[in-house]
Amino acid sequence: MPKYRMGIEPLPVPTPVTQPFWEGARQHRLLIQRCDAGHVFFYPRSHCPRCLSNRLEWVEASGKATLYSYTVARRPTSPDFEADVPFVIAVVELDEGPRMTSRLVEVDPEAVRIGMRLEVVFDDVTGEVTLPYFRPARG
Amino acid sequence: MRGLRGEAAVVGVAEFAPVRRPDRTWMGLEAYAELARLALEDAGLAHDDVDGLMTGHLADSGGLFAPGHLTEYLGIGSHFSEVVDLGGATGAGAVLRAAMAIELGLCETALCIVHTLPRPKNPKGGGPTFRMGAWGSPMGEFDYPFGAIGQNYAYAMIANRYAYEYGLTDRQRAKVAVDQRTNAAANPKAVFRDPIDIDDVLNSPVIVDPLHLLEIVMPCFGGAAVVVTSKEKARRAKHRPAYIIGGGENTTHLSVTYDPSFTETPIRAAADRAFAMAGVKRSEVDLASLYDCYTITVLLTLEDAGFCGKGEAGKFVEEHDLTYRGDFPLNTHGGQLSFGQAGMAGGMSHITEAYLQLTGRAGERQLRRCDTVFVHGNGGLMSEQVSLILRGE
Repeated sequence: MPKYRMGIEPLPVPTPVTQPFWEGARQHRLLIQRCDAGHVFFYPRSHCPRCLSNRLEWVEASGKATLYSYTVARRPTSPDFEADVPFVIAVVELDEGPRMTSRLVEVDPEAVRIGMRLEVVFDDVTGEVTLPYFRPARG
Repeated sequence: MRGLRGEAAVVGVAEFAPVRRPDRTWMGLEAYAELARLALEDAGLAHDDVDGLMTGHLADSGGLFAPGHLTEYLGIGSHFSEVVDLGGATGAGAVLRAAMAIELGLCETALCIVHTLPRPKNPKGGGPTFRMGAWGSPMGEFDYPFGAIGQNYAYAMIANRYAYEYGLTDRQRAKVAVDQRTNAAANPKAVFRDPIDIDDVLNSPVIVDPLHLLEIVMPCFGGAAVVVTSKEKARRAKHRPAYIIGGGENTTHLSVTYDPSFTETPIRAAADRAFAMAGVKRSEVDLASLYDCYTITVLLTLEDAGFCGKGEAGKFVEEHDLTYRGDFPLNTHGGQLSFGQAGMAGGMSHITEAYLQLTGRAGERQLRRCDTVFVHGNGGLMSEQVSLILRGE
């Protein structure tokens, strides 16, 4: 059962290319991709968005990030999230560079500040799907 | 007929060998990326050279926003994008459109890509969609599960980032909604016509921090149409012709998370190109007809279209009267915030209002002088940007 949200849906449906990211999340590892020119990026793709290289490998990110921006949803953004409001939707900048969409947890929405340091936490929503969320960094 | 001057050239091609029984599957975005890579390699051009995109449909996008999905996935900025839907003539149609766009200077290097490769089997079975969006859409997979759904949250995050970098108050954003409502009160077609003040905006419920209900468009039903013709025929039309003397387009992403910058928006490139093409100064604009899905959108457009300096939009709207009676008339029909947002027709209302003003038919809200109008359209999550400059003869 999910720890940080009331409902199960919506869940991601992995594709063959994105599957390793979700496998990693199940093992509580945050995986991003790197191309042979050294560009790291997220979300998972078949080609590097900086040079279109298709020679890619998966690397584990530190899970450390900085808050780029956020909003507090006072009303549900879809009926699935009705029981969750208020909740914090975030764009985080991983220390490795790429941005991710996520949710901030274990934080009072009123205490959220852009630029705050964050760390990843994993929520095993179902037996198959684990979602990476972020909480304020604990040193 | 002026026609093409023969100044745009094919310089590279790529092709997958046709196979009767494919030995692998591709998500649509992946096949587009591979064909882009191969064609650019053949041309000896770099990924960064691409600034135009002519494609077929994209199953991964659920039938919408193919250019936004593709620019984001390929990591390019496109100044002219089109989904070409001409059946067997799509390939030739794509190349003709690329040549037109390049000769006009809308873009310099265009990728024309079509494919019919089979997608993998959706593990959830059934058709191409799952409960929230299309299967294979990066937004469906990497945004929606976090509650990042719809548009409100995205513009709220842009507003928060802008306030963090440059400072912006709730009252400054509210001023836009208030002045536009004054305009709507003079427009019998507007859906919201009761006057409001800044406190009304700030006392309306916060939907997503920091945006209040009265800063967010109301979805409506409606429609709009525009006739564009040649100079020769324009002279025979009923009203004063409004010549389209400048245009610019820019698309860089779909999901707001991958917007290269929340505060230096893709609006700037579209507007700069339109003003440069028209040879018009910002000070010559009599009416700014700016896409206003949210108050923050208007502020960023004022700034990135060059009507005020970076970081000055909040001060600008405080210091100017944005009504039809004011010194900087903005969205005289009320904007979509007060006129109503009838889907894509909402964006077209900025053009219909421009033409009514240019032809002296805007009734009570008619500007004393209106010869030059700047129109801006914004799509998706600050994704697709198109600027136009109209000039009455």
